[in-house]
Amino acid sequence: MSAEATTTKPARPASDINGRARKARKALSNPWASTLAIVIAILWTLPTVGLLVTSFRPEFDIKTSGWWTVFGQAASGEGVVTFKNYEEALFGSSTNMFDFFVNSFVVTLPAVFIPISIALLAAYGFAWIEFKGRDILFVAVFALQIVPIQITLVPLLTGYVSLGINGTFWAIWLSHSAFALPLAIFLLHNFMKEVPRSLVEAARVDGAGHVKIFFQVMLPLLTPAIAAFGIFQFLWVWNDLLVALVMGDLRTFPLTVRIAELAGSRGGDWHVLSAGAFISMVVPVIVFLALQRYFVRGMLAGAVKG
Amino acid sequence: MDWLLHAGDDPVQKLLLMLIAIALFVGLMAVILFVVDRPRNPPRWFVGFGFIGVALLLLTLGLLYPAVSTIGKSFLRRNSDDFIGLDNYVRAFTEPQFLIVLGNTALWVLVAPLIATFFGLVYAYLVDRSRFEKVAKGLVFLPMAVSMVGASLIWKFVYDFKPAGVDQTGLLNQFLVWLGGEPQQFLLLDRPWNTFLIMNVFIWIQTGFAMTLLSASIKAIPTDIVEAAKLDGVSGFGMFWRITIPSIRPALVVVLTTIAMTTLKTFDIVRTMTAGKFDTSIVALEFYEQGFRQQDAGMAAALAVLLFVIVIPVIVYNVRQMRKVEEIR
Repeated sequence: MSAEATTTKPARPASDINGRARKARKALSNPWASTLAIVIAILWTLPTVGLLVTSFRPEFDIKTSGWWTVFGQAASGEGVVTFKNYEEALFGSSTNMFDFFVNSFVVTLPAVFIPISIALLAAYGFAWIEFKGRDILFVAVFALQIVPIQITLVPLLTGYVSLGINGTFWAIWLSHSAFALPLAIFLLHNFMKEVPRSLVEAARVDGAGHVKIFFQVMLPLLTPAIAAFGIFQFLWVWNDLLVALVMGDLRTFPLTVRIAELAGSRGGDWHVLSAGAFISMVVPVIVFLALQRYFVRGMLAGAVKG
Repeated sequence: MDWLLHAGDDPVQKLLLMLIAIALFVGLMAVILFVVDRPRNPPRWFVGFGFIGVALLLLTLGLLYPAVSTIGKSFLRRNSDDFIGLDNYVRAFTEPQFLIVLGNTALWVLVAPLIATFFGLVYAYLVDRSRFEKVAKGLVFLPMAVSMVGASLIWKFVYDFKPAGVDQTGLLNQFLVWLGGEPQQFLLLDRPWNTFLIMNVFIWIQTGFAMTLLSASIKAIPTDIVEAAKLDGVSGFGMFWRITIPSIRPALVVVLTTIAMTTLKTFDIVRTMTAGKFDTSIVALEFYEQGFRQQDAGMAAALAVLLFVIVIPVIVYNVRQMRKVEEIR
């Protein structure tokens, strides 16, 4: 939970020496360990590679031979690469994953922006405004992190039905926002607390009120924290199945629901399933590769969520 | 009004609604700040409430009230208001169908975190002295980025089955055939073997998490300890067992308990692999089945509460150890 605070602390002075020691160790590194490490990494990736290769093979080939035979085929010059699976998965009338791809975006972006904007204000309130009952409220918010979302789903859905918003994007956005708040507030609060008091006092002497301090002192300093939480939340919502399934309907279902459904109804159609799986993975993998540093931070902090 | 709720079916309208929703909420926050900033000398509670009010409202309506309501519902029959005491819980602990579910859940929580942490630890130690550290770690960590549904599909294809005599398309069965065995329908194996194969997907994902955390702790072990041990003639396995493990013990516990919590709440993998058939269901999936398929809100509530109750001690232990990890650093 609070691992976030530790990961952002400035590097210890000893790390320079450690770093040099590590380099020395690396130079003397055991070649067997290196080989073993890379072999395991390749083994780890093999299942994914298998499905990726499959997604570019013609349907007939997929059904009659293993994906590993493509290397032999390629060597003898008879290998076939096709994009038809992706075409069918994206735009085929029975799969039309393109629509679900759009849904994934429509579900995810507000489910990231809404809780961040709400949590930023709340975190500032908890960190820098003194009012009665503040500490008790903050502990309560912190404690809410342990509530598994399962325990909230049935009454939430009942509530949405009586409001008439069940099955709409609004139900999904609100649910994800509520589930994200305890972690978001806690995380952003920790960051805001670390802003030096003198900085805030100086602004106050200059006549700045809370709103001005919030925008001009806090927000610029908080960018890394917002990025860490934002990416964590983005991947969490994009990859979520439970909330999307329970709160949504056919008009709102994201990719995860769609490919889970295809796995059930067309379990043997690996040409569509493989392409569909990679269509659903491409965005999180890009986000992950581009912003890995922030993602690891957010993950360490958010390990307890949900 | 209806458009604001549903937005029509074409992508452009949906994206438009998305932008409106974001603008609406960010705008709402701006309005609140504007109002808070208005008075010359506002009372403190007014400013405080302005900043945290929306969050409190959403948390109360979206988490607190539903959780309390679910606890109440777990004492009611199906979708009625008939109070039946602990009957739902009694059913969960006596009916054979639920006993299998509970047994599987226990298996998951006991086995999956241990194996994932063990793999993560060994790999973190191994890779710490290797030349391709970054790439190797990236590859093992990558499954963390994709959805559990996607990961399940990847492995379902590895377990794919074709009858003997025909070319295999699943990698695992091909290995069996190469070794001279008979191809198997892995997910139809007897309990608990099919559960172990489903668990494997989860372990494949979580090992990357364990590795990342443990690798950071291993790197934080002070060099002088390692050097001193070397001077004393400790090396190889002794180094791992007597220096590395004791130094990172609190981190190990944090990783174990964190994965255990994730295990309890994960239902995507089992649902995608077998939909809980062939005696593979677990509490998190059974909750979904009871609540949204069988329409037994009472039973679903009881299962959710059960999940909550099992998670609490793990979390308490986790938070305590987390504090220790921070103190050490």
